[in-house]
Amino acid sequence: MSKFRKEGKKAAPGISTASLPDIVFMLLFFFMVTTVMREVSLKVKISPPKATEITKLQRKSLVAYIYIGSPTKQFIRQLGSEPRIQLDDAFARVDQIPEWVAKVKSETAEVEIPLLTYSLKVDKNTKMGIVTQVKQELRKAEALKINYSTLKGSEFKRK
Amino acid sequence: MSNEINAGSMADIAFLLLIFFLVTTTMDVDTGIIRQLPPIPPPDMPPPPDVNKRNVFVVLVNANDQLLVEDQLSDISVLRTQAKEFIKGYPDQPDNISFPAFENEEIPFFGTRPVSKQIISLQNDNGTSYNMYIQVQNELAAAYNELRDELAKEKFGKSYDELANSKTEADKAAAIKKIYPARISEAEPKETGQGQKSTTP
Repeated sequence: MSKFRKEGKKAAPGISTASLPDIVFMLLFFFMVTTVMREVSLKVKISPPKATEITKLQRKSLVAYIYIGSPTKQFIRQLGSEPRIQLDDAFARVDQIPEWVAKVKSETAEVEIPLLTYSLKVDKNTKMGIVTQVKQELRKAEALKINYSTLKGSEFKRK
Repeated sequence: MSNEINAGSMADIAFLLLIFFLVTTTMDVDTGIIRQLPPIPPPDMPPPPDVNKRNVFVVLVNANDQLLVEDQLSDISVLRTQAKEFIKGYPDQPDNISFPAFENEEIPFFGTRPVSKQIISLQNDNGTSYNMYIQVQNELAAAYNELRDELAKEKFGKSYDELANSKTEADKAAAIKKIYPARISEAEPKETGQGQKSTTP
């Protein structure tokens, strides 16, 4: 008579998945915190040029964006493919820029107005004509700190 | 028989949320070349004094994205080297008129030192592509950065960026900046070449 009974074959316990939600929640919180919702929907196509001597823009709340590029497919029929300017959510003419700058400045605290950066997001195939006009308007509106938005990289092979 | 609440579906719910945030996330950090535009001069301001021609490094870009550097056809791949040579100049050859003149200045950490009076003048056409314009700007900025870096390594044994970003040695970076100040002047654009007239949208 044996004291210990031989145990019969027992089904292996299933792997507990109770901690899976915790892991997923962790990822979820990470993405929730890092998410920046798109503030504008782009109406122009932009593929920025590449450059090497670039700096990161620090305070996102102090950056105002000007988009220049060909209209996207849904607008191309009405507007053609000539490069257009987009301010906030709408197409704009060059002469609307001073008004827009005034609006941006009025939405910023007075002490922070000199820190405002105007970031030009321009498609690389745009001609300089329109960009120069925009720059002239910015000068007139005393919006002097600008940033040419570029990606990191090199456009050509160095000899 | 266990009496636990089945938490299996919790993962599904969390996944659903996770995928939503994954899709809506834009993680782009905006990077670019920062420039300061000159203010519009008041109408009663006298015109600026003429700059000696030898101090100016002229870069022209036409509507076909071709470069003319100091009256010579050039290429974007050599622009950086040319600009560096010009900015650095030859302090020991004051009569070499293809390079800028020098003036002795008092610079902290360096003592009295000849500083070049260089200016880079950049002029583009209305038909120049934005890409080319950025490449030229980038090469000119790179020329200044490389020269500053070389000087910082020679004098302080550290890169210029290291000096500029440290709290205690920022004055050293400022001294180097005084020796190689970035002077890029952009002329008002001219309508030349086959530059298409830009239309006002």
